[in-house]
Order: sequence, then structure tokens, then C-alpha cells
Amino acid sequence: MSHTETNTNPVPGIPVDDVRAGEDPNALVLDVENLHVEFRTRDGVAKAVNGVSFDLRPGETLAILGESGSGKSVTAQAIMGILDTPPGYVTQGSVRFRGTELLTLPEKARRRYRGEKISMIFQDALSSLNPVYSVGFQIGEMFRVHRGASRGDAKKKAIELMDRVHIPAAHDRVNDFPHQFSGGMRQRIMIAIALALDPEIIIADEPTTALDVTVQAQVMQLLADLQVESKMGLILITHDLGVVADVADKIAVMYAGSLIENAPALDLYGSPAHPYTERLLAAIPRVDLKGQELYTIKGIPPNLTHIPTGCAFHPRCPYAQRPICVEQVPSLHDVSEGRRSACHFWKETLDGSIKNR
Amino acid sequence: MGTYVLRRLLQMIPVFFGATFLIFYLVLGMPGDPLASMCGERGCDPATAVALRAQFHIGQPLHIQYFQYMKGILTLDFGQTFSRRPVLDVMRDAFPITIRLAIVAFVIEIVIGIPLGLLAGLRRGKFFDNSILMATLLVISIPIFVVGFLLQYFLGIKLGWFSPTVSGAATWNELLLPGIVLGSVSLAYIMRLTRTSVVENIHADYVRTAIAKGLPRRRVVTVHLLRNSMIPVVTYLGIDLGALMGGAIVTERIFNIHGVGGTLFQAITRGEAPTVVSFVTILVIVYLFANLLVDLLYAVLDPRIRYA
Amino acid sequence: MHEPPKTLTPSEDVATAALTLGVAADTGSSDKPRSLWSDAWHDLRRNPMFIVSAALIVLLIVVAAFPGLFTSTDPKFCDLTHYNGGRAPGHPFGFDRQGCDIYSRVIYGARASVTVGILVTSGVVLIGGAIGALAAFYGGVVDSLLSRFVDVFFAIPLLLGAIVFLQAFPFRNIWTVIAAIMLLGWPQMARIMRGAVISVKESDFVTAARALGASDMRILGRHILPNAIAPVIVVATISLGLFIVLEATLSFLGIGLPSSTVSWGGDINDAQSSLRSAPHVLLFPSVALSITVLAFMLLGDAVRDALDPKLR
Repeated sequence: MSHTETNTNPVPGIPVDDVRAGEDPNALVLDVENLHVEFRTRDGVAKAVNGVSFDLRPGETLAILGESGSGKSVTAQAIMGILDTPPGYVTQGSVRFRGTELLTLPEKARRRYRGEKISMIFQDALSSLNPVYSVGFQIGEMFRVHRGASRGDAKKKAIELMDRVHIPAAHDRVNDFPHQFSGGMRQRIMIAIALALDPEIIIADEPTTALDVTVQAQVMQLLADLQVESKMGLILITHDLGVVADVADKIAVMYAGSLIENAPALDLYGSPAHPYTERLLAAIPRVDLKGQELYTIKGIPPNLTHIPTGCAFHPRCPYAQRPICVEQVPSLHDVSEGRRSACHFWKETLDGSIKNR
Repeated sequence: MGTYVLRRLLQMIPVFFGATFLIFYLVLGMPGDPLASMCGERGCDPATAVALRAQFHIGQPLHIQYFQYMKGILTLDFGQTFSRRPVLDVMRDAFPITIRLAIVAFVIEIVIGIPLGLLAGLRRGKFFDNSILMATLLVISIPIFVVGFLLQYFLGIKLGWFSPTVSGAATWNELLLPGIVLGSVSLAYIMRLTRTSVVENIHADYVRTAIAKGLPRRRVVTVHLLRNSMIPVVTYLGIDLGALMGGAIVTERIFNIHGVGGTLFQAITRGEAPTVVSFVTILVIVYLFANLLVDLLYAVLDPRIRYA
Repeated sequence: MHEPPKTLTPSEDVATAALTLGVAADTGSSDKPRSLWSDAWHDLRRNPMFIVSAALIVLLIVVAAFPGLFTSTDPKFCDLTHYNGGRAPGHPFGFDRQGCDIYSRVIYGARASVTVGILVTSGVVLIGGAIGALAAFYGGVVDSLLSRFVDVFFAIPLLLGAIVFLQAFPFRNIWTVIAAIMLLGWPQMARIMRGAVISVKESDFVTAARALGASDMRILGRHILPNAIAPVIVVATISLGLFIVLEATLSFLGIGLPSSTVSWGGDINDAQSSLRSAPHVLLFPSVALSITVLAFMLLGDAVRDALDPKLR
């Protein structure tokens, strides 16, 4: 590729070499505040993301948990700046990477963050990889475009990366095509691509949903190891409570486009402060309750063009109280240090007394 | 990959015989005296009639006739025209002209059709896209002979930009206007096909990945999008080349070109079976090979087929 | 065929979730789940292209069925004194080479084109569709044989084959023309149907129907065909236009409809020599033909856009 497309100074004002060494360990890598995204469709405006806020420190793993349609993937896309516009629009909010506001950057500057500072991996590796180019080409592309590397160098780097993500016989397989790999291997290739330029954050959008449980475990372990190696932040988007338990430092639960609870992982599992979370946990089948009827949350997530009034969860909440839950949108109450919950009755949920009503 | 090629070749063989037999049957095997449709209303003069009967073994069972005929084809003996000229010579005169014409049309299709189709696909729903859709629709709807007349009249006669007829030599220059006419419909199809392919692929997951990788838009389009979008277009182009040669009848009539189409049409109306059957057989062969080439090309373009 | 079904991209996921989740709890939402067909109809109704082309086609059919409503002049009444005449009272389009009224010939000519178009398309859909569906449904040897059979006909260029076929008959009438075009037009429909059935065949709901013990015919008729028919409809509509052009081309070449039948193609053929001196003789039948074909193509385009879920 021509040299006009490479950059040796990817982010204006910040030198190329890693800022991570010798920095304040508590400085935020990513700060998302009050993000709003809507989709303007012929059937109305779907409010996909309604005032989501969270932050991420270097080396931290944040899990964004939610059902389909909760807005978790859209949030990730808005952060990356790859929303389909139209019909999607970011209407409010800010996304700051190490203090730099991303949402207002012109596209050219914004692009410099993608792949270099923040990378993303997707759910279906088979359709997310280009079927007509070899995996070596697709991995090496990162170096050729962003670093101006030659074809030979790019290929060498590709093999190195494939080794790093534990793809056996990398040297022999670098010219193979995506469809020639198994599902787990393909996901590793996606990870290799995301990892190529040592990003500070990787966003993984349901990376293991399409994989077997055993392969799932391997891929999650790989991500965890890589994180430790390079002090990378990880945002894991999933609907699977099981996957999250091992990996996440903190969890943000989304429902109908809103953040309804965030907490450190252990606290969330141990004592949820929102009925939705509490019900999700109750729905996990337990060996010691064998023989009893499985619990599910009744109803389905709301149509995003017609989000319920008040608390969006109230139609499905077994503890909902009229009139407050139907009329008043709960704000994010501070539960404790690093914990928040958007429920009028978070106190009762936290101490369990809500079940006695 | 080798088995794939072999399989396609084997499939071609029955199709080749089937198609040539079908033509043979249509010309010579239909109920009634085959000589009745030859030689026009006045009938054949006795000498020609005898020669024809011998040449086609008329009177013998149909499959023998066909067999004899195919044997002839394989030894490049295509028989003789009514005026005792070897059909092979007629072919030698006609085919090069039509090949040149087809190439002109082909090049125009590619050079204009693909880039415009790409742009239309990228700007889907906008003015440019809608104009392209409208224009291509018009071109496809207006019959080729009308287009031919109009262009011949306006560009050839009125404006004088091109020569309105083609001489016997049929140079490249002279074939430019007929080439445009011949290729017009295919050009419209190529534009639409490219556009549709681009529109479909632009929302593909791998395009999203390419954008997420921070690649510049130009690269996403030319390297990732285009390569995948071209697959159906290239396969269409491959078949088109063969079809262009067979479909040049109208264009050659309008511009008075003595190519395959023109010669063939005269032969058909005169009922000159040897010429008709031979020419169509060759066209079928060309078409089948074009198809085979396209299948191979498809495997080259799409690795998923190669290793299937 | 070579890749598993695609999952939705996240943005599609949201938008789809937003739109297709019908029963939305107690919020009183008025959304109902919509099928592909009602969705398509909803889109079509609001598409100006569809309305225009549908109206044109309806007009065309009326003209073809009741030409007398539109003109009282006899198209075959020709007076050579009016040779290539221009406009005159009662004769808005002028006269052709033989002195016949062009307007009335254009009106009466619709019948031939419409008849050929509709009959050929119906035949092609029935024959080609049946063969393609059977080949795809039974697969294996049946598919191989039928596909080779389709290939044989496909290998012969459409126009050429029609010409050769027609030449075998000493007489010319509308039925030989219809037969000629059908004979070489059905392979395309067969391929489309075959492709559509193959992709539907693999669907889970077909497997489910089979597991519930449905007979082959029932699966084919009730489950597969309704879902495979969409591309067939699109191609059929567009092909209708192309078949009309083909008939006109054959008449133009002089081996299509007999000169006793009023046809646009034949008139265009006759008008060739008058191109420079009296272009209107060529113009009117050409415009009529082009508008007819354009209407069908627009209709086909509109239907395809409405039925294609990917282009939403």
C-alpha cells in the first residue's frame, strides 16, 4: 500500500511508544458517559442505548451482560465508531479514550484509533473473516496498512501472532483460508488480528457464543492470558452468565438499552441489587434444586420503539409496585463504592427483603 | 480441484451431444421431408437435392444421420453450401469478424459497466444510483433493434461520428458502433449485477471487520468489497462472451456485417441446412467452453469452492 | 451452499428485535408480526414505481382485450394514397408504408404481444418450475439427469434456437412462436426454481415437517414451494418483458408472426426502409413496445425489492 496510508504517529499528541509503562494505574483508559443511540426506522425510532455510562482501567475486564436487543452490541459499535449510519445515530453522550473525546473526532482521526488503540472481535468468525483472502493476508494487513510493513515482514508478523494465539503449525497454515479452520481456530485468528498492533482495549462481542463449551473455555483462557501479558483492557459482551463469572472484574447489566446495574463481579453474583439481575441468577439451573420446575423470567424484552414507561423492566418484574415502578424512571442509585443500581427498591433487593412482599 | 475440473468436463460431454442432437433434430429430424424447408418455396434443383440427400444420409434412420454428421464434425468436414462452397471456408470468413465484434462489445461492458455499477452500489438510494437503475432499465427494455436503428441514425448518419455501415473488411473502427449496440444490453446487466452485488456485500460481516480494523475506506472497498462482489459479475461475463457471438444476429443485420450472425440468418431463411447446423454446433461448443472456463474461474476466485 | 447461515450483525439484531418482537408485554404496543408477503405488499403499495407500472400493465391488458374501446379504425384497412402520411384528423399517429393507420395498428398490436408474453411466461413457469423443483427436491440421480437435460437446452442461444425451430414449419402463426420461445425459455426458470428449492430445502422447518411425517408432496407443496416462489416471481415478471421483446425481434427478422397478424415487431420491420424519410412510422410501434417492456421490468424490480429481506 502507498505510504500515505501508513502512520508512524497514530494519535495526535501521544507518542507511539506505549504510554502504559510508568503511568498512573488508576487512570481511565475508556470513559463512557451518558451514551444515547437511536435507530430511525420506518416503524419508529428504536432507542437502542439510553444513557449508558461505564469506565475501564488498564488491564481490567468489564463484562456487559444482557439479553438480545438490550443494546450491548450497539454500545460497542458506538464506541468503535462503526455504527451503521443511517439508520443508527449517536444522539448524546461522550466516549473518552485516555481523555480524548472520540465522538466528535473527524472520521480520519477516529479511524486511527480503530485497530490500533481499540480492537473488536465478533461473534461469527466465519462470516467476519473475508473468505477470499488467506488468514496470513488478513492478519498481515494490519501491519501493512498501519505500519507500512512490507509483504514479507507482514507475513512474518502474522506467523508470530498465530503462534501467540496457539494455532498449531502456524508457519504451514498462514496461507490457508478461513473456511479451512475449525470454529475455535477461526476465533483465535480474529483475536490475532485484534491483537496485532497491541491495542489498549479489546472489545469482544459474544466471542464464544458460536463455539462448543470446551472450545469456549480455551478461547476465554487465551483472552485472559493475553490480557495479563499486555495489561490490555477487555470489554466482554455476552448474555452468558457462566462465561462472565470466571473472567470479569466488573459487570454492567443492560436491559432495554439502559444500564440497570453495575458492580464488581463477585458482589453481583453474591448479592444482586436489581430484580432483573436477581431473577437472572435465579434462572440458572442448580443441581441442588433437582426435581423442581425451572424458573424463567416471564415475558420477553420490550420492543425498542415502545419502551415501557417508568422502569423498563416493570412488566416482567415480580416485585413491581404501582404506581412508582410504572410512572417513575429509576435513576442509577449509588449502592456502594463502585456499585450502582437503577431500581427504586435496590435496598430491599440487596438485603433480600424484597422477596417477602 | 482436479476432480472438480474432471467432473465438469464429464458433465459437458452428454450436454454437448444432447445440444448438437437437438439442433440436428430441429433442422433435419422434424416430421415431414427435411428438404421441404430447404431451398425455399420453389424446391431444390435435382442436382442439389441429390447432393443434399447424400450429404445428410436422408432416408436412413435419424441416429445414423446424426452419427454420420458428428463424424464429419470431428474431422472438420462441415459439408457444402448450396453453391458448392465448403462451409468451413464460410466459417473462416465469418467467425473472425464476429469475434472482433464480440471483443469490442465485451471491452465496453467491462470498462464502463463495472465502475459505474460499483459507484451506484456505493451510493445506493442516491440520485446517481437511481439514474443508473433507470438508464439500465431503459436500455434493457428498448429492443436492441430499435437501439440499433436509433444509434445508427443519430450517431452514424446525423452526427457522423461513426460510419453507419460496416464494410467487408470490418475493421475495429467500423465495429465500434455495432459493438456498442451489441453490448448495450449486457452493459446494462453488468451495471445492475455489479450494483446488486455491491449492495449485498456492503453489509457483510467481513466488511464490518475490515472497518473495525481501521482500514481506510478506499481499501475496504477496493480490496475487500470488490473482490467478493466481482464473483457473480465475472461468471456472468464469462458466459456473456459466448452469448454475444450467438446473439449478434440482429446487430449484424442492422449494420450489414458479414459475420456469423448475418451469414447464419441468411442460411436459415434459405433453409441451407449444412451451414445452419454447422454454425450452430460451433456456437454451442463455444458456449460450453465458455461455461467450463467460467466454472474454473469461479474456483480461482472463490477459495471455498477450490477446497470443497 | 458453502457457508452456514449468517447471523445478523448487531445493529440488524437490534433493529430486528425492535421490529419483530410482536407481543410486547403490557405496553399496549400495536405491532403485529408481519409475514414476508404482507410486508412486501405493504412496501409495494407505497412504491411509486410499482403503482405506475401496475397501472400501465392493467391498461395494456385492457387495450389488448378490448381494442375496439380505443379506436374505431380498422388496422387492416390500408389505402396506399396515404403512404407514409403524417398526422391527420382521426389518425393521430399518421400512416405507414402501406397506408394503414398507425394508431390503430399500435392498439391492435398490443394483443399479440400481451398474448405471447402471458402464455409463454405461464408455460415457462409451469414447465421450468416443475422440472427445477423436482430436480432440487429429489436430488441425487434425478437431479443429475434433469440438470443435464436443462443444460442441453441452455446451451443453445435463445434467439438462434427459436429461429431454427420456427424454420422447420412451412407456416407461421402465433402458436409456433409461443412454442418456440417456450421451448428455449424454460431452462432459465428451471435453474432459478432449482436454486431456490435447494436453499429452502435445508431449512429447519422442512426438517421439522419431515420429522412429523409429512409426505413428500405435502412438504413440497405446502412448505417448500411457497418459500421458494419469490425469486421465481421476480424473474417471471422480468422475463415476461423479455419474451415480448423476443417475439418482436423474431417478427422483426421476418420469421415471427405472420404479416396477417398485427404486431409491433412486424411493423418495425416494415418501417426500416422509411427510417430517414418518415421516422414516425418506426417511432410509434417502437415506443409502444418499449413502454410495455419497461412496465414489466419496473414491476419486476419493484416486486424484487419488496420481497428481498436483505435489502430492507
